[in-house]
Amino acid sequence: MASLDDLKKRISSVKSTQKITKAMKMVAASKLRRAQESAEKGRPYSDKMNNIILNLSSSVTDKENSPKLLIGSGEDKVHLCVVMTSDRGLCGGFNTNIIKKAKSFFQKISKNGKTLKIITVGSKGYDQLKRSFKDNIIEKISFKDSKYANYFDADKVGKIIIDKFEKNEFDVCTIFYNQFKNVITQVPQEQQIIPLKTNNIDKNSSEDNYEFEPEEDEILNNLLPKNISTQIFRAMLENSASEQGSRMSAMDNATRNAGEMVDKLTIQYNRSRQAAITKELIEIISGAESL
Amino acid sequence: MSESFKLEIVNPESSFLSKDSVSEVVVPAFEGEMGILKNHVSIISFLKPGIVRVFEGSNEENYYVDDGILEFKNNCLSILTSNIFDVKKVDKNVLKDTLSKAEQDSQKNDVSDQKKYLLDQKIEVLRSLNLN
Repeated sequence: MASLDDLKKRISSVKSTQKITKAMKMVAASKLRRAQESAEKGRPYSDKMNNIILNLSSSVTDKENSPKLLIGSGEDKVHLCVVMTSDRGLCGGFNTNIIKKAKSFFQKISKNGKTLKIITVGSKGYDQLKRSFKDNIIEKISFKDSKYANYFDADKVGKIIIDKFEKNEFDVCTIFYNQFKNVITQVPQEQQIIPLKTNNIDKNSSEDNYEFEPEEDEILNNLLPKNISTQIFRAMLENSASEQGSRMSAMDNATRNAGEMVDKLTIQYNRSRQAAITKELIEIISGAESL
Repeated sequence: MSESFKLEIVNPESSFLSKDSVSEVVVPAFEGEMGILKNHVSIISFLKPGIVRVFEGSNEENYYVDDGILEFKNNCLSILTSNIFDVKKVDKNVLKDTLSKAEQDSQKNDVSDQKKYLLDQKIEVLRSLNLN
């Protein structure tokens, strides 16, 4: 059995851990509010953008000659996967969930005999994927320096993707991120961004007749790259809200567990203290009796 | 007011401006300035760097935009833009920074004609703002 001194030390160490996790929870909570706000504020932009593109693509009659970003390169051989994770750990199952989702997708792809290329955004994703997919990772991006997800960073990622697409380095692009549902649930998502999926066109919206200035093609050509950055930005916003939410609940759990542990250790400490006292008393009494 | 329509300006970070009854909006469309009144035909167009003028009754507000997309439908005008600021409230230093960056960019040799045209536009607009 551990001595009284050891128990004392353990209790104080668990207590200080609890202090840290509590502080981290508070920080995550305040960051979460901010991230959640900006995720909600960012939604109208990407929704509108999506709408316009759907309207545009439905009015493009000449499907054969429409921009490649919309219809794809016509092949389905090389898949590019953009895995978006956080830069910091201690956030529960946040990163693991994305990686799990991504890995099952990777297996599906390699089973079908297609080539896989990976871009990781966020250093944690790279750390987890480099063991089994080191050769597939063609680029790793990390925004450790930016405090909050911003459009500028998203645009950088978008430009890299478009640049690679134009060089015919891949045919299909999918992004992986966590969608923020609420503080305790985050749903890992896969979303195909190149070629753009337009199967959810609303029948009503396609009946609108728009006037275009300049021509549809030109607008589409300019709009599609922007849309990619926008989608990535949206994923980044969702991700950062999810990350904070996940961290908050993970740290909340940790704080509670630490509390339980302190209680248990305190009881054990008190018991052994009592045992020591009793033992000493018995020794004294039996010593006195023997005289 | 029967002669008014809805205006919404959004940038990636947030919804920048939302007004329910504007009487006229003049936007710097790609192929020239365009004034939009109520019951304009549905249109989708591009913006080049310039000033968006919003008329609300006798009020006039000016906003500078870098680029953007404009959609008008059912008397609702949406403008999506990546960079926008109110001309009156903007910090002069921000303005200067943007201007000098644009000037540097246009000095580079590898810019395409279209990009150069847009940059020149931007410089011109920003200079005119600086003078005021």
